Amino acid sequence: MTQEVLKNEEKAMLRLRALYRRYGYAQYKMSKFEEYDLYARNKNFLPCDYVVTFNEPGGRLMALKPDVTLSIVRNTRGSAGACKYFYNENVYRLSADGREIRERMQAGLEYIGELDVLAMSEVIFLALKSLETISDRYLLDISHLGFVGGLLESLGLRAEVQADILRCISRKNAPEIEEICARHHVSQENTRKLTTLASLYGKWEDVRETLLSLCANEKMRAAVFELEAVLETVRALGGSGAIYIDFSTVNDMNYYNGIIFQGYVDGLPEGILSGGRYDPLLQQFGRDAGAIGFAVYLDLLEHFHRPDREYDVDVLLLYDEATPPAVAAEHVRRITESGESVRATRTLDENVKYRRLVRLEGGRAKEAGNA
Amino acid sequence: MLNIALPKGRLGDAVYDIFESVGYGCPAIREGGRKLIFESPENGVRFFWVKPSDVAIYVERGAADVGVAGKDILLEYQPDVYELLDLGVGKCRMCVAAPKGFREDTDRTLRVATKFSRIARTYYAGRGREIDVIGLNGSIELAPILGLSDVIVDIVETGTTLRENNLEVIETICPISARLIANKSSYKFKHGEISALCRKISEKGGPGDD
Repeated sequence: MTQEVLKNEEKAMLRLRALYRRYGYAQYKMSKFEEYDLYARNKNFLPCDYVVTFNEPGGRLMALKPDVTLSIVRNTRGSAGACKYFYNENVYRLSADGREIRERMQAGLEYIGELDVLAMSEVIFLALKSLETISDRYLLDISHLGFVGGLLESLGLRAEVQADILRCISRKNAPEIEEICARHHVSQENTRKLTTLASLYGKWEDVRETLLSLCANEKMRAAVFELEAVLETVRALGGSGAIYIDFSTVNDMNYYNGIIFQGYVDGLPEGILSGGRYDPLLQQFGRDAGAIGFAVYLDLLEHFHRPDREYDVDVLLLYDEATPPAVAAEHVRRITESGESVRATRTLDENVKYRRLVRLEGGRAKEAGNA
Repeated sequence: MLNIALPKGRLGDAVYDIFESVGYGCPAIREGGRKLIFESPENGVRFFWVKPSDVAIYVERGAADVGVAGKDILLEYQPDVYELLDLGVGKCRMCVAAPKGFREDTDRTLRVATKFSRIARTYYAGRGREIDVIGLNGSIELAPILGLSDVIVDIVETGTTLRENNLEVIETICPISARLIANKSSYKFKHGEISALCRKISEKGGPGDD
């Protein structure tokens, strides 16, 4: 019964909350608003430039929060040791076409503190588990910015050319990488490395050798070994094998460093989970710590496998003027107690679909069939 | 089953030929008529015809797993999709054109008429030039003739329309051709099918390898 009342996204949230608590993460509850100043000072770390602002009666400029991570990082400044939090909040961002403000329901998890292999693996494991609570057809793509960055640096290209290549990698656009490389006299060997990196997609066992063959420097090798250690530990935690290596997952290089990942479920056209390691944000707040986390965009579940509702209500109870209120009330009570839903009304509404109709005429029930 | 969005029109016909030649044919499609969806269960594909500028929307939102869109559309709408192959057909150029003998007055804001406002803005922003974009939906060539704009930004294939209206290309912004695009989620869940399709098309080598 409860399951039917709850929407997809609400069901998912209940399960996620239980999951995160089981691994010792505490819920972080926050207010709807933050001082605008927080966002103005950290623009680089926001998902979009636009923030909805308004003045408090006192004159302070406030904002509807466009992001949760920033608030958590700021508000946990004083804490010693690791912070393990999850949240379920609405954030306010511009729609993709930039014309409307959207409220988006988000769940997420953050690990802030000294990051070792287990810490990173646990967060990735929980990302996998989060996807598992949504659908059994899911997968998690993992990339490592140290690997992508290492290869780009080894080419000695100007920053804007690197940015162009990065954009092509995020679109798996190998033909255009070839064009850019030809224009900037990148060797054939290095061009091949870049197109291989962009097109690569597969499980760790299948791509490991290719990754090692692409390594041009220590930074890239370190990234490969970190990926290997983390994936091994995710398995040891009991993580499924639905992990794929995909460097088109570049997210935002200003925000993230190291391992980043993106989760998909079959039937949703875009990623529903996105996250990674974001040490630069901690540095921005003057903290000597690492951080890794992810967000699940629960609002995307609104149209996901939505079962078409056959009936709005089980019983439509139609009573007339001559029916005493106590008699009608008695019917309502009996029906709801039997586990059915009931809509008591004086007039027949054609838009309401019901399983069966009960008419009360002068206090007496007449059962009619289906509409 | 792969869902493939094709652009209605001449480009779509040329692109369908490529799909058919590498084993993804759907004979019913040749019969014409007004049907929009064609399915070939034996080849594992379902094609549908959509307005060329809409292909990217169908693919981005996952109604189609893959599709074929011109580079012009991809640059203008910046859909969040994978751009897997250059099919080498539908080749043309994105250009700036102006009346013959046009001399740019750099003192003034340049008035640019175009269907591709994002492309025009990005191009001129890259050169630090202030412009006034006049968004039109067709017959762009008319704008400079009537003094509505100084120049136009548009696709030029043979240049015939420009010549007949006494315009000429003054700068080329970028070359354009048809691209095979894929929905990001479909690419992963149908990875086997989509990579097989890409491999077959690139092994065949499009008419673009001339």
